[in-house]
Amino acid sequence: MSTQPFNSQPIETRRKLARFNRVRRSATNYVVGGLSVLATIVVLAPLAAILVYLIFKGASSLNLAFFTQVPAPVGETGGGMANSIIGSGLILMVSSLIGVPIGIAAGVYLAEYGRGTMLGNAVRFTADVLNGVPSIVMGIAAYSLVVVPQKHFSALAGGIALAIMMVPTITRTTEEMLATVPHAIREAALGLGVPKWRTTLSVSLRTASPGIITGCMLAFARVAGETAPLLFTAFGNQFWSFKLNEPIAALPLQIYVYAISPYDEWHRLAWAGSLVLIVLIMASVTLVRIYANRGVLKGGS
Amino acid sequence: MADNSFAGIVLACACSIFAIVLMILVILIVRSHLTLVQFGWKFFTNQAWDPVSGNFGALPFIYGTITTSILALIIAVPLALGVAIFVTELCPRPLRAPISFLTELLAAIPSVVYGLWGIFVLVPLIRDVVGPFLAKTLGWTGFFDGQNFGVGMLTAGIVLSIMVLPIISSLTRDIMLSVPNSQREAVLALGATKWEMIRIGVLRNSRIGIVGAVMLGLGRALGETMAVTMVIGNNPQIVKSLFAPGYTLASVLANEFSEATGDRYLSALIEIGLALFLVTIVVNAIARLMVWAVTRGAPAKVS
Repeated sequence: MSTQPFNSQPIETRRKLARFNRVRRSATNYVVGGLSVLATIVVLAPLAAILVYLIFKGASSLNLAFFTQVPAPVGETGGGMANSIIGSGLILMVSSLIGVPIGIAAGVYLAEYGRGTMLGNAVRFTADVLNGVPSIVMGIAAYSLVVVPQKHFSALAGGIALAIMMVPTITRTTEEMLATVPHAIREAALGLGVPKWRTTLSVSLRTASPGIITGCMLAFARVAGETAPLLFTAFGNQFWSFKLNEPIAALPLQIYVYAISPYDEWHRLAWAGSLVLIVLIMASVTLVRIYANRGVLKGGS
Repeated sequence: MADNSFAGIVLACACSIFAIVLMILVILIVRSHLTLVQFGWKFFTNQAWDPVSGNFGALPFIYGTITTSILALIIAVPLALGVAIFVTELCPRPLRAPISFLTELLAAIPSVVYGLWGIFVLVPLIRDVVGPFLAKTLGWTGFFDGQNFGVGMLTAGIVLSIMVLPIISSLTRDIMLSVPNSQREAVLALGATKWEMIRIGVLRNSRIGIVGAVMLGLGRALGETMAVTMVIGNNPQIVKSLFAPGYTLASVLANEFSEATGDRYLSALIEIGLALFLVTIVVNAIARLMVWAVTRGAPAKVS
């Protein structure tokens, strides 16, 4: 480009410069548009790759034994991950029993009582920050809190670690869902002389319940795949266990053990286990999405 | 009466969130007391990690964590921005929701599955195809030197980038959508091309929020455990080459915590957990404030 002022140049140069500029600008426009399309394709590629691998490698190893048997000892073929699936279920049940009520109640506080107050903002902020704390730190906390005093690993400790992770997510979605409930509905109930706690429980919470259930399921799906906090709380187990104060198997934990093992037979089971895990998680997330897009959440009715 | 007790209960549950944070902090400090006292700040500058002789330093793990996270951001940020721009500004309306949904599915895949995929698909790919290519073309930088086993910082960084992408892109998308349409129309009315409209009208207005979103992604990358543990090679060393196996704060915890013998060993590991906790809290807090500053009061929802 010339350093001279544009207007002081001869008309021919000015026209050329203007045309050059126009071409350059529209070229940049197209290049950037192309790049963004390319980026989208590049991002979707790993998703496709992971899903395709899971289906191809996992599906061939799924059979009845997988869902009914405990892991086979090294060297023997066969075996399954039935105890891990049950174990994951137990741990998730414990974590939901602890995490869901606390999370929903905290969300109710934020939406109905703490709106705009200093304390409310502080709780909201802390919940968001807690959401980003690595899961393995929750594992250490649960280890020190439950495993050390009891002197052994347990399903309970695993459940507590996961519950701590569920609380902030559920709190925030509950708050957001309650915020979509129209004020007129609350006022109608209050106007009829219903006490505030009753209004909150039977009117606000009930109206927002599809959204809140969605939020709980998303939190559930998120912790269902967690491995790190279970490594030293639930610890894993090669046999059947239904006791809460004993080490217990969990699906993600077992996938990890199998994946880093040197045996092909175990790698096969790891793929199959991952497929089962993903199908469970994706099914719940997708169902929730479809449900949410139907507008059940939007009007809140 | 009932009203007061109900308010009391929900208030108590809300405060339990503070209690959780406080409890984690206290537990971590108390249980890492041994090494906190013994090593002080030197813990974070000491390169040695020698459980046998009781000499502990976290520097190799800090190095590994920072290297893999930065690598992940270098890969993920341009891609995430590209996706966000495509979804909010360029893509035909009917495609918007499916593409956002698919990118968010990436976030729903558990870490351990990424690790499994990393071990059996990505590691061979890096070892046989990507690695040799990088060594040939960029070998002069010194980042791609030495033996390439497939496991190492580079692979960990790539897996991490896939994992942080959905967070950054979905937040960036929400932030860009919260820019008012009148702003776009104003820039277009002055004769700008679409890209100029995006750059001047949208990106410039949302830059604080985008930086916040990137920092949230960084927070996630710093603490990501399983996938990294499975592909990074787990070797506490500081080497410039990205092919070299490394170790991160989170993966040393995953690997060594349940077999740590001796109080000092355990204390050193818990101190690493404490460092991880504090760093992610600070990073996330700053990031949240930045995102809030931009999206506050705006409808942050995809159509």
